[in-house]
Amino acid sequence: MAAINRDDVAHLARLAHIEMSAEELDRMAVELAVIVDSVKSVSEAAGEDVPATSHPIPLTNVFREDVVGHTFTAEQALSGAPDAFENRFKVPAILDED
Amino acid sequence: MSVDATLSFEEAMEKYDPVLGFEVHVELNTKTKMFSSAPNVFGDEPNTNVNEVDLGMPGVLPVVNKTAVESSIKIGLALNCKIAETCRFARKNYFYPDTPKNFQTSQYDEPIAYDGYLDIELEDGTVFRVEIERAHMEEDAGKLTHMGGAAGRIQGADYSLVDYNRSGVPLVEIVTKPIEGAGSRAPELAKAYVAAVREIVKNLGVSDAKMERGNVRCDANVSLRPHGRERFGIRSETKNVNSLRAVEHAVRYEIQRHAAVLDSGEPVIQETRHWHEDTRSTTSGRPKSDADDYRYFPEPDLVPVVASREWVEELRATLPEPPAERRKRLKEAWGYSDLEFRDVVNAGVMDSIEETIAAGASADVARKWWMGEIVGRAKVADVDPSELGVTPQVIVELNKLVEDGKINNKMATQVLDGVLAGEGTPAEIVEKRGLAVVSDDGPLLEAIDAALAAQPDVAEKIRGGKVQAIGAIVGGVMKATRGQADAGRVRELILEKLGVEG
Repeated sequence: MAAINRDDVAHLARLAHIEMSAEELDRMAVELAVIVDSVKSVSEAAGEDVPATSHPIPLTNVFREDVVGHTFTAEQALSGAPDAFENRFKVPAILDED
Repeated sequence: MSVDATLSFEEAMEKYDPVLGFEVHVELNTKTKMFSSAPNVFGDEPNTNVNEVDLGMPGVLPVVNKTAVESSIKIGLALNCKIAETCRFARKNYFYPDTPKNFQTSQYDEPIAYDGYLDIELEDGTVFRVEIERAHMEEDAGKLTHMGGAAGRIQGADYSLVDYNRSGVPLVEIVTKPIEGAGSRAPELAKAYVAAVREIVKNLGVSDAKMERGNVRCDANVSLRPHGRERFGIRSETKNVNSLRAVEHAVRYEIQRHAAVLDSGEPVIQETRHWHEDTRSTTSGRPKSDADDYRYFPEPDLVPVVASREWVEELRATLPEPPAERRKRLKEAWGYSDLEFRDVVNAGVMDSIEETIAAGASADVARKWWMGEIVGRAKVADVDPSELGVTPQVIVELNKLVEDGKINNKMATQVLDGVLAGEGTPAEIVEKRGLAVVSDDGPLLEAIDAALAAQPDVAEKIRGGKVQAIGAIVGGVMKATRGQADAGRVRELILEKLGVEG
């Protein structure tokens, strides 16, 4: 059985800002464990000589020259904002100063 | 707000040994952002330097700015780091309105530069080596302004306003290894370290390096341990200490605060502290907790960066002389004393003096003009000395006029004022203001005769061999010629006239 339990799911839900009921936590703990187990079988297939990869296609150094391109106007940028003030997005104050 | 207890710095040092660590964020001065082609410009109208990538719209594809990668490699090389052959970007996940994507694109386990060091010279010449753990690439966040509540602080704010112009600006975060052994010089070292990093990135030309604009920002970690103990104490991290003076003060304050906490028998809480310039103290931010579980994972939208050794060496070949080495070289070449050279550096005229010497002045002449005349005038005008409007050529020309005996030193300062007033070149001003030293002996001889006649007793003394009495006659001549005579020539003529050997 995979090392994911109900507490892990509750922790992840909190980090992801997802509100979950007790039943949902129970159900997700079981389902996620199955998913993690399935992913694990991939690790079993790859031997130690196979390096970990983050990208399926062997591409590197996809760069852009440092040349200014298009921008939005403030009006465009704010067009989807629930609230705005003086050309800035208006958001609830959140206690965290980072 | 409760005020934390502190010990005196001296007492804290008697009892405890400080360990420091720094995270310095450097904003690069590329034309565009790290992952989007929107302009990287400070101070524009809010939310105008943004496009869909900076706003974290769904389905957009970031593309890495090549110049930003090159700047990052240059910073790594200047910090004596190894440059990773291959490295990746990672997502640092957190929810906060300054980051519309809900993650910051950063680097996690594969920084582009690692294992470096920087030798920091303290004021008395002591050199202290700071080990660099890593320097990695990431992007800046948007700017929040807290509205309502008390004085723009978040506590009690009603809402916040967000400007994403800064969102996506390329950053290099430089992280030190724990710095041990600084002792009571920890605050001074902190300031000197940040100053050195700022100087290096400015010298490389990769950042505007203006701390007041947030181009260079420092988070300072401080912990204390009893003398002789190897294990580190619990640290606090003071955020956004954004001037060199504040870095020194914040480290000093945290040492004093930690010492008081430890003395009371309590453990130090591992937490973020916020620096307040007005009270020169820190207040508690949030404790380190699950909120710091950033769930880093490789950024699927960006492929790895491979820095071939050829590319790295090409970049290394473009690096300017490191600032500390340059200072050492110039000091020796110019033959200034420690104090003279320090004054020159502190006055910000080292570059100007170098240019003036290159233009043909001697090291002493260049120093005399910049330190003696220009720095003071710049202070009055409230500009940098180099921006006052005096070019190296002006100084060379002024000095030549003095050396040729065309004007004296006093006139030279008047000519300098004329240059600054836009009256023309030194030679033109000498002409226009009629400042030339009277070198035609005719008028001088008349003035000398008059002065001798006015002070016959003095003339007699000189004839009798008391040559030192000549000052009174020279003074009389200078007065009569309104200071436009060459005092040396006047002296010669008087002695000649009286038939006395100088």
